[in-house]
Amino acid sequence: MEVIAVFSPLLGALIAGLFSKQLGAKGANFVTCAMITLAAVCSLILFKEISLEKVPRTIELFTWISSGALNVSWALRFDQLAAVMVVVVNLISYAVHYYSVDYMRNDDARARFMSYMSLFTFAMLMLVTSDNFVQLFFGWEGVGLMSYLLIGFWNKKESANNAAIKAFVINRIGDFGMVLGIMAVFFVFGTLNYDDVFINVASKKDTVVLFLGHQFNVINLICALLFVGAMGKSAQLGLHTWLSDATECPTPVSALIHAATMVTAGVFMVARMSPLYEYAEPVREFITVLGAMTAFVAATIAMTQFDIKRVIAYSTMSQLGYMFFALGVSAYGAAVFHLFTHAFFKALLFLGAGSVIHAMSGEQDMRKMGGLYRLIPRTYIMMWIGNLALVGVPFFAGYYSKDIILESSYAAHSFVGQFAYWVGIAAAFMTAFYSWRLLFLTFHGKSRVSHHVLENVRESSLDMLAPLYFLAAGAVCAGWWGYDFFVGEYRFDFWGSSLFVLADNDSILHARYVPEWVKLLPTFIGCMGILTAYIFYIKSTSLPEKIAGASGVIYSFLCHKWYFDELYNKIVVVPIFFIGKKLWKIGDEKIIDGIHFSGARVKGIRKK
Amino acid sequence: MITFPVLSLIIFLPLLGALLMFCVRGDEKSVTDNVKSIALVTTLVVFALSVYMFTGFDKSSADFQFVEKFDWLPALGSSYKMGVDGISIFFVLLSTLLTPICILASWESIKKRVREYMMAFLLLETMMIGMFCALDFVLFYVFFEGVLLPMFFIIGVWGGERRVYAAFKFFLYTLLGSVLMLLAILLIYHQSGTMDIPTLMQASLPPGIQKWLWLAFMVSFAVKIPMWPVHTWLPDAHVEAPTAGSVILAGILLKMGGYGFLRISLPMLPEASEYFIPLIFSLSVIAVIYTSLVALVQEDIKKLIAYSSVANMGFVTIGIFSVTTQGMQGAMFQMLSHGIVVSALFLCVGVVYDRLHTLEIARYGGLVNNMPRYATVFMIFMLASIGLPGTSGFVGEFLVLIGVYQVSTLVAFLTATGVILGAAYMLYLYKRVVFGELTKADVRAMTDINAREVAIFVPLIALVFWMGIYPSSFINPMAPAIEKVITRYNDANAISIPQGAYP
Repeated sequence: MEVIAVFSPLLGALIAGLFSKQLGAKGANFVTCAMITLAAVCSLILFKEISLEKVPRTIELFTWISSGALNVSWALRFDQLAAVMVVVVNLISYAVHYYSVDYMRNDDARARFMSYMSLFTFAMLMLVTSDNFVQLFFGWEGVGLMSYLLIGFWNKKESANNAAIKAFVINRIGDFGMVLGIMAVFFVFGTLNYDDVFINVASKKDTVVLFLGHQFNVINLICALLFVGAMGKSAQLGLHTWLSDATECPTPVSALIHAATMVTAGVFMVARMSPLYEYAEPVREFITVLGAMTAFVAATIAMTQFDIKRVIAYSTMSQLGYMFFALGVSAYGAAVFHLFTHAFFKALLFLGAGSVIHAMSGEQDMRKMGGLYRLIPRTYIMMWIGNLALVGVPFFAGYYSKDIILESSYAAHSFVGQFAYWVGIAAAFMTAFYSWRLLFLTFHGKSRVSHHVLENVRESSLDMLAPLYFLAAGAVCAGWWGYDFFVGEYRFDFWGSSLFVLADNDSILHARYVPEWVKLLPTFIGCMGILTAYIFYIKSTSLPEKIAGASGVIYSFLCHKWYFDELYNKIVVVPIFFIGKKLWKIGDEKIIDGIHFSGARVKGIRKK
Repeated sequence: MITFPVLSLIIFLPLLGALLMFCVRGDEKSVTDNVKSIALVTTLVVFALSVYMFTGFDKSSADFQFVEKFDWLPALGSSYKMGVDGISIFFVLLSTLLTPICILASWESIKKRVREYMMAFLLLETMMIGMFCALDFVLFYVFFEGVLLPMFFIIGVWGGERRVYAAFKFFLYTLLGSVLMLLAILLIYHQSGTMDIPTLMQASLPPGIQKWLWLAFMVSFAVKIPMWPVHTWLPDAHVEAPTAGSVILAGILLKMGGYGFLRISLPMLPEASEYFIPLIFSLSVIAVIYTSLVALVQEDIKKLIAYSSVANMGFVTIGIFSVTTQGMQGAMFQMLSHGIVVSALFLCVGVVYDRLHTLEIARYGGLVNNMPRYATVFMIFMLASIGLPGTSGFVGEFLVLIGVYQVSTLVAFLTATGVILGAAYMLYLYKRVVFGELTKADVRAMTDINAREVAIFVPLIALVFWMGIYPSSFINPMAPAIEKVITRYNDANAISIPQGAYP
């Protein structure tokens, strides 16, 4: 059962990839969809057994690397946390697979596409079910590779290729930290298996080691290094620039990347390492601050973008920020809860946006949309549901998970917790604003659609809408269904020993006792945001331009995404190529060859 | 139990094949066809023999096995002595695997002097295997030098435009190292009175002399690996060499340096090795970062891969001189993995070179459209080369880093940056060659890989995944021999476990 839940997507990918000629596109679609369905069903059964009936288990497959004291195996660890993740990954992937069949129907390489998507799912499944750091890294790099292949799927496009390389290389920068973290774990604990490490954390918590000539507390050092990996994968401020470029990929891939298989890996990893992070107070404080800032910065950028997919992409980054500051205040359950609900409504939003783009013959610029609600009403309703859930309107999924995050950070009674709360409130306002800005610009107001595009606007087929209905059901129900389990009264039973919180740090518990206004403020501020968007984009449509004009510098600052790309290009990319060129032309050809080879320049072997 | 002298058979069968070719008579076409068949059959038989030998190899022993010994030059204290242990047997297997692949790869691309070409390759195989099996210093030296000649001719006769320059550069660099090594060998004989390598691996030479000896050997091995700053012969040699020449050069010849460090420097000169570790670490770290940066800006496919080789071999020297179980096993593994991956990459280059006859990256682009199978194959080896988990490249790199982290976090930190740069230059290369719009007419006319080329790549792909997913088949047999080297080193330097002893 466990093996089927994880390996059937791999099998599907291999069959579809290797025999694409024989199977044809239809066959490839059938195989991958059948396999992912099988995986989804298995994972639901496992979820019931493990999370609800509490029988976690680990299945060892065979030895992977065995060298001296280092001994790791390929293994499937199905505890409560892994079970939740497997369900999220498989369900979202299931919806996206079915959606893609129709969405990609005119693409010649769709067998390859389906194969990649299944492989992507497999890599993520290996990541979440790992029981050691090396297999975690396997999945970690695996999703990085698959995102590279899928972002660059339309490989004739220069921009897609560049975005793909950017995603991979930035992720590698994160992985660099991650690898060092893993090495530090081995150095300190002498093993890379989770259980053996976690048992010994308490006894090592005051150990000090040298790293690059400085003294560090081991737990802090390990957690900080591992977190660099999470920053890359989960697009936290500093290593986030790949995420918005990644919208170059086909839309179903965006849904997969943003909801299930890639950016959530960082959140999962920190939650998985909760036994370590609990003893790394300074690192958690840093995570809280960085998460809050990511939530804020991403939201400011989202307000100024016109590409429908980029808006949603920045909203993901912002929501990941929320998850991280939840992790930072030890509210691991809340972070995973938000990951869980977010997966549904973010996949819904992306697939909905895909449906819009499909109807618009590939147009992604919201300035060229407007008034679409009458033409594609079903998609319109789906986008409403997605945004209601994202903003956290009461009784939709995001309401439960985002509020518990904000309440926990307030209840953490630390300076960084307070900071995160207020920054989170500000970001919540902007979230509501840009979400309804998206809805208004796309569906309401006067149509700005060009004539020949308008003629072809058609509601998507049921094949594409059915996955949306499925996800919408999740976006409506996941919150109130999951609340008691993830963060409510049954949470200790639900998580078992897979999440670890020191008694003093249990901010989810304290969140029950926060003042009433703390609980109400996010909802109130969300409504304010919607209202503002209404004024801006329905009531007086000239207002946005006036404000943009009046705040010239700030506006272009936001529009250019805080100039991160330009800055990195100037201080990293260009110098590296420059140094490389100099080392080659001067270092190798002039100096080294000059010295070594000048003596050998006898006749006949002179350089031509 | 294998009772016949299997090692000698493996070593000298190729030489026999070469002599046989010499006797082939007839018109030119039939000679060409016949020598090709002889070469392929001989090398395949040799490969089969070496696999057979591996099945009889005792994987739990650290000793030399299949040892053969005859008196040879008693006046020099030298004898004909051959044997393999867990370290050298893998290099023998790598050599016997890559040679038939090289013959296949040259099947159509070599048009002139086919007989001489094939003879050179078979001679080369004898020399390579002999070098890895030699347990006597005189023999070792003869084979070590013997490799040089056929390679020199392969580059110099069948190479590209600047082949003579490249061949001489290659020859002079390696010759310089060899001369010093010869002196060192003579000095060792003078000191100890024996040429027997297993004996010397347990002997203790005075530390003062050790340092000089170590430096002399080091120069020779460093040129072969190559280490910074004696690496510049490699890009030139690769660019000019025919595809199969590059394969052997990168696949086997570079490993002779690493093998030398493992077989000679560490066990025979342990005190000096310890003394010079900082030197090796510095040069290797420079190699990793410097050559990665240089690789990033290359405009020639083969040069780029050649520079990436230097960076990858930097990992090897770092791993060896970390003198930890993980580091040294990682270095060995990295050598094997690199031997397969880089060979495959050069074969990939050969595929497009055969069709378009240029190595300039800018002349390509969009190959994924008309050569999808090729794009997949190239992708797999590119990923293995950047050390993606699940491929062979990861295991070696990871173990090396784990090993060296225990000795020095700084070196681990700097070396790990190579992981980022490696991804950057390989992906950038791949994008320029394979992705993009298919605009150039001559590129559009290229055809996808044929059955012969598929036959070349399939075993290599299988190996890459086998080594990546179940590396124990390779690590376990080499473990005892490596442990022996480490024990010997630690005993000589009286080191208990160096946990956290260094910053």
